[in-house]
Amino acid sequence: MEHIRTPKVENVRLVDRASSKKAVLGTLYLTATHVIFVENTPDTRKETWILHSQISTIEKQATTATGCPLLIRCKDFQIVQLVIPQERDCHDVYVSLIRLTRPVKYEELYCFSFNPKLDKEEREQGWMLVDLGEEYKRMGLPNNYWQLSDVNRDYRVCDSYPSELYVPKSATAHLIVGSSKFRSRRRFPALCYYYKDNHASICRSSQPLSGFSARCLEDEQMLQAIRKANPGSDFIYVVDTRPKLNAMANRAAGKGYENEDNYSNIKFQFIGIENIHVMRNSLQKMLEVCELKSPSMSDFLWGLENSGWLRHIKAIMDAGIFIAKAVSEEGISVLVHCSDGWDRTAQVCSVASLLLDPHYRTLKGFMILIEKDWISFGHKFNHRYGNLDGDPKEISPVADQFIECVWQLMEQFPCAFEFNERFLIHVQHHIYSCQFGNFLCNSQKEREELRIQERTYSLWAHLWKNRADYLNPLFRADHSQTQGTLHLPATPCNFMYKFWSGMYNRFEKGMQPRQSVTDYLMAVKEETQQLEEELETLEERLEKIQKVQLNRTEVKSKQSEPGRHSGFSTSDNSMANTPQDYSGNMRSFPSRSPSQGDEDSALILTQDNLKSSDPELSANSDQESGVEDLSCRSPSGGERATSEDSSKDRDSDEAVFLTA
Amino acid sequence: PQYSELMRTGRAQAELLLGPEAPRLRGTLCVTGHHLLLSPGPQDLWLLLLRNVDSIEKRVAGESGTITLRCKDLRVLQLDIEGVEATLDIARSIEALSSLESVITSFPFFYRPKGLRLGDAWHFHPPESYYKRVARETKAWRLSEVNENFSLCPSYPRAVIVPRAVDDKALALSARFRQGGRFPVLSYHHARSGTVLLRSSQPLTGPQKRRCAEDEELLRAVLAGARPGAQGFVVDTRSAQAAKQARMAGGGTEAKAAYPGWKRLHRPLERGRPLQESFVRLVEACGDLEQSTDHWLSRLEGCSWLAHVKEALSTACLTAQGMEREGACILVHGAEGTDSTLLVTSLAQLILDPLSRTMVGFQELVEREWIQAGHPFQLRCAHSAFSHARPKHEAPTFLLFLDCVWQLGRQFPLSLEFGEALLLALFEHAYASPFGTFLCNSEKERCLCEVRSQTHSLWSRLNQPKEQRKLRNPLYVLNPLALWPSVEPQSLQLWQGLFLRWTRPPEPPEVAWEKVWQIV
Repeated sequence: MEHIRTPKVENVRLVDRASSKKAVLGTLYLTATHVIFVENTPDTRKETWILHSQISTIEKQATTATGCPLLIRCKDFQIVQLVIPQERDCHDVYVSLIRLTRPVKYEELYCFSFNPKLDKEEREQGWMLVDLGEEYKRMGLPNNYWQLSDVNRDYRVCDSYPSELYVPKSATAHLIVGSSKFRSRRRFPALCYYYKDNHASICRSSQPLSGFSARCLEDEQMLQAIRKANPGSDFIYVVDTRPKLNAMANRAAGKGYENEDNYSNIKFQFIGIENIHVMRNSLQKMLEVCELKSPSMSDFLWGLENSGWLRHIKAIMDAGIFIAKAVSEEGISVLVHCSDGWDRTAQVCSVASLLLDPHYRTLKGFMILIEKDWISFGHKFNHRYGNLDGDPKEISPVADQFIECVWQLMEQFPCAFEFNERFLIHVQHHIYSCQFGNFLCNSQKEREELRIQERTYSLWAHLWKNRADYLNPLFRADHSQTQGTLHLPATPCNFMYKFWSGMYNRFEKGMQPRQSVTDYLMAVKEETQQLEEELETLEERLEKIQKVQLNRTEVKSKQSEPGRHSGFSTSDNSMANTPQDYSGNMRSFPSRSPSQGDEDSALILTQDNLKSSDPELSANSDQESGVEDLSCRSPSGGERATSEDSSKDRDSDEAVFLTA
Repeated sequence: PQYSELMRTGRAQAELLLGPEAPRLRGTLCVTGHHLLLSPGPQDLWLLLLRNVDSIEKRVAGESGTITLRCKDLRVLQLDIEGVEATLDIARSIEALSSLESVITSFPFFYRPKGLRLGDAWHFHPPESYYKRVARETKAWRLSEVNENFSLCPSYPRAVIVPRAVDDKALALSARFRQGGRFPVLSYHHARSGTVLLRSSQPLTGPQKRRCAEDEELLRAVLAGARPGAQGFVVDTRSAQAAKQARMAGGGTEAKAAYPGWKRLHRPLERGRPLQESFVRLVEACGDLEQSTDHWLSRLEGCSWLAHVKEALSTACLTAQGMEREGACILVHGAEGTDSTLLVTSLAQLILDPLSRTMVGFQELVEREWIQAGHPFQLRCAHSAFSHARPKHEAPTFLLFLDCVWQLGRQFPLSLEFGEALLLALFEHAYASPFGTFLCNSEKERCLCEVRSQTHSLWSRLNQPKEQRKLRNPLYVLNPLALWPSVEPQSLQLWQGLFLRWTRPPEPPEVAWEKVWQIV
C-alpha cells in the first residue's frame, strides 16, 4: 500500500483504441493488486480491471489540452489508454504503477492475497488434482526398463529438476551423477514420455559440456542405457533444437553438442529453433503490427512475415512432429535438448507428447502435460514472464508459443481436443496473472521453499471447477482420426499456420467473429440435455397417470411445449453489432452523428456463463470475494459486475427493427 | 455430329491420379462429346465435364504418356496413358472439345438428369417477384416493361424496377445517356430506413460534360420517393482520376451541379485483367507445395487477392452503412456497371437484408443481382486460373463475391442459412456446369438460345432435399439485424476451403460437420 501515491483519480477518460475520438469518462482506482476504471455512466457503471502483474509497460505521453495520456500495455495483449486531467495526478499514477508492477518479493504477488473462500481441505484437494505420480503410472511405469530414481532427493544433483524422476533401470546413481556433471546446470537425461505401444521414449536434458573435445564416459553410458531401455532398437536420436551455428558457438564456452563418434549408436540431428531473445523480438514486432491503426492488407501481411513469428511457430511444430514420428512410426527413442533444456526442450517435448497421446488432448491431460514438462522440469516461469522485477533479457514468450502451437493444431483437428480456445487463452492469462501459485518461481525447489501449496491456490482446480466453459463441443473421442497419434499431412503445408487474432487481438472484440459456434453448440447441447431430462420426468408422470387411467392428451400437449431452440432466437438477436469506420480517413458521411458511430457491441451467446471465468472479468468475481476492504467497490456494480462486452447499444437496433 | 470429327480416339487404358494423397484409379479411358470417362470397374464410372478443363499438358516417354489436366474448379488431375499415339490423340480431343464456344451445342442442352423436369425452378422471375415485395413496402416504385424486347438495354432483363414518377419515355432517354443503356434501376429497397440502393452504368458525359434532363429527373425522383430529407450518394467504383479519364472515351461521372442532393464517393475496386491476374497468382502460390514457409505471407501479399476482398467488403459496408445509418439513397456504378457494381450492390444487400441470407433468398439474390442483372458470365468465366490462353474478358468478379460472402459467414457463423458448400457449388457451376443457369452473358442471349426451355436449372438440383442437407448451415438462426463485418486484415482469411480444396486433406472439417449435425 505504501507504493500507492494516489488511490483514486476522478474524471479520467478511457480512450477507445478503435476510434480515438471516442472516450468514456470515469474514475480510476489503484489498489494493491489492480488498476480499476469505473465508468461514470450511471446505468452500466462498467468496470475495467487490470492486474498489476499483467502490466507489461506503462508509457506516459506528452500532455495535451485534454489531459495527460497514459498508455498501459498488458502481457495478455490488452492495451488501455487513459487520459488523466491533471499532469500531477498522472505522474502519481505513473510512479505508483511503475513500482506496483515491479514487485521485488514473491509475497507481493496477487496469489498471496487472493482468497477464493475455500477451506483448507478444498485447497489441498485442489493441489492434488494433478498428480504426476499417477501420470507416470498411466504411461505404464515403472516397468522392466524404467524405474523411479531418488537420486535427486532434496535436489542434491540438480536444483532445477523435480525430486522424483524416471531413469533407465540400468542407470545407477553413480552413472547419473557422472552424467549430470557433464551437462549444463547438471540437467542430466531423464524420462519425459514413455510410449507404451513400442517402448520408445522421449528423454530430455541440457547440452553436454563437450567443448571441442571433452568426453564423459558416464554420459555416454547414460545414453546407451536409454537405448537399451527400448529393446530392439539399434540407436537413439539426439535432437538438438538449436540452430547449428548457435550450438557450435557454445563449444567455445565449453558446452556444445554430442559428437556422434564418441557416443555409440546415436543419430544426431539439429532442428533450428531460435533462442529466447529472437523470440522476444519477434513477438514485439508482431504486436507492433497488431497495434497498427487500420493497416492495409499489405502492411499487415508484410509486417507479419517480417516478424518471423509464424516461422518460429512452424519450427517448434516441425521439431515436435519429427520426434512424434520417430517414436510412433520408427519406434526409436529420442533425447531432446537445447542449451539449458528448459525452454525449447519443454516446447518440443510437449508438442510431441500432444501429437502422440490423446490423453494430453483432454482437459485434465493438458493440465498434467504442463505440470510435467513445464512446471516440474523447471521452466523458469518467474524469469520468462517477469513476475518479479528482474532482467528484461530473461523475458520471452516461450509458453505463449507452445500454447499457440496447440491452437494451430486445434485449427487443423477441430475434433481432436476436449478443450476449446478459451481454455488456452485462460491458461495464458494465468501464466502471467500470478493469481494462483502454480506458475510461481523458477523451479520445484523454490516453490517448496516458499510453501506455495500451503499459501496459495491451484489454477487447475479453478479451471476444473469451471470446466463446462472450456469444453469443445466438437470433441470426438470416439473418432479414429482423433485417437492415437495425430497425423499431419505428409506434404509440407505452408498455409497451415495462421495468425491467431483470437489471442493477439483478443481485446479488439470487433475483429473477432461476432458469433461463437462453440458457445452456441454448448448451449444447444445443454438445452437438449435439459429437454431430455424433462422428457424423462414427463414420461415417468405419464406412466403414473396411465396407471390412474387418466386422459393422456393433456400430458402430450405439455410435452411438446418447449420449443426446440426457443431459448436462442432472442439471444441471437442480441448479437447486434454496429459498423466500424469503413470509409478510411474520408469523412464520407458528413451528417454522421458521433453517437451513431458506436463501435462493436457484439455479444457472446452465453455470456452469463462466461462471466465467472473470463480472465478479463475473472478479476471481478475473484476480487469480490477476495480482498476485504475495497474502497472502490461501486454499490451498483453489485454481483453482476459489468463485463467488457456487454452493451446497451443493441436495444436501439432491435427496437427499430421490431417496430418496422 | 461435329463432335465425332474432333474425337481422335475411342479409348485407351489409363491410370488417374486425383490428388497428392488420393489412391490411383485404373481403367478404360474414353472421350465423348462432352466428357472424359474412366471406368475402373464394371460398376464404377469417373466422369469429368470437358468444359471444366482449363489447361492441358501432355508428355510422352517410351511407350506411354502423361496428361495433366488443370480444371476450372482448381483441381489438378494426372492421367497416365498406355501408348504414345493414344496419349496424343486423347490430348488433342480434349483440347478441341474443351474449348468449344457455341452455347447451344454445349452440354446443358443435352443433359437430362433423372428426377428433374425441364422448366423446373426457372420459376425465378427475380425482378417481378422482388417487385411484389417492394410494392408491399412502398408505393414510390413501379415495375416497368420498357425493356420488353431488350431494345433499351441489351444486358438488362425484360422488367426493371424504376421510380413511379418517371415514365417509360424518360427511361428511354436516360438509357441513351448511360453506357450500354444501363439506366439507374432499383437494386434494393431498405424498408427500415426508407432508402434505396440503385445501380447503373456510367453516364456518357464525355469531354463536353453533356447532361441529360431525364437522367437527372430520374435521380431527383429517387430522392423524392425516399424518406423525407434523404440525401443521395453516388458510389463510383473507380478512382476519381479514372472517372475523369473516362470522359475522354465518352464516359464520365455525375457532375455535382447537375444532380442536386447527390454527392459522389470514389471507392476504386480492382476489375478486369488485374483481378484475373491476382486470381492466377494466388492459385499458383497455393499449388506450390515445394516453396518454403518463409515467404508464404509475402507471396500471399503479392497476390493482392485478400486486399481485393478487403476493398470489396469495405465498399459494400460503406454503402450499407450509408443507407442504414445515414438514411441515404445510394447509386452504385463503375464503368459498364456489370461487375464491381454488382459486387457492391449484392454484398450490401447481404449485409442489410436478413431474407437474402436464407437459402432461397440467397439464390434469388444471385439470380437477380448477377444473372439477370447482366453479369457476363460467359465472358468472365471462359477461363479460370490455369489457362495459358491470352486473357480477354476473364475476371473472377463472381468468385470475389463468393469469397466476401464466405468471410461474412466466418464472422457470423450463425447468420447465413447456407454453408460453404453452396458457395463452392456456385463457383464450380459458374465456370463449368451441366446446367443452364450460368450460360450466356445476359437475359437477352439466354432468350435467343432458349436456355430456359432447353436446359435444366441449377436451382432445381440444389433445392432437392438430398442436396439441401449438404448445403445448409446447421447453425443457422435468423438474425434480423444488419451484419457489420470487420474488414481489418486480422479478420480476413484466405478461403482455404476453395483455394486449398484439392491440396489439403478434406477430412477434418467433414468430421467436425458430422459432429455439428449430431448436436443440432
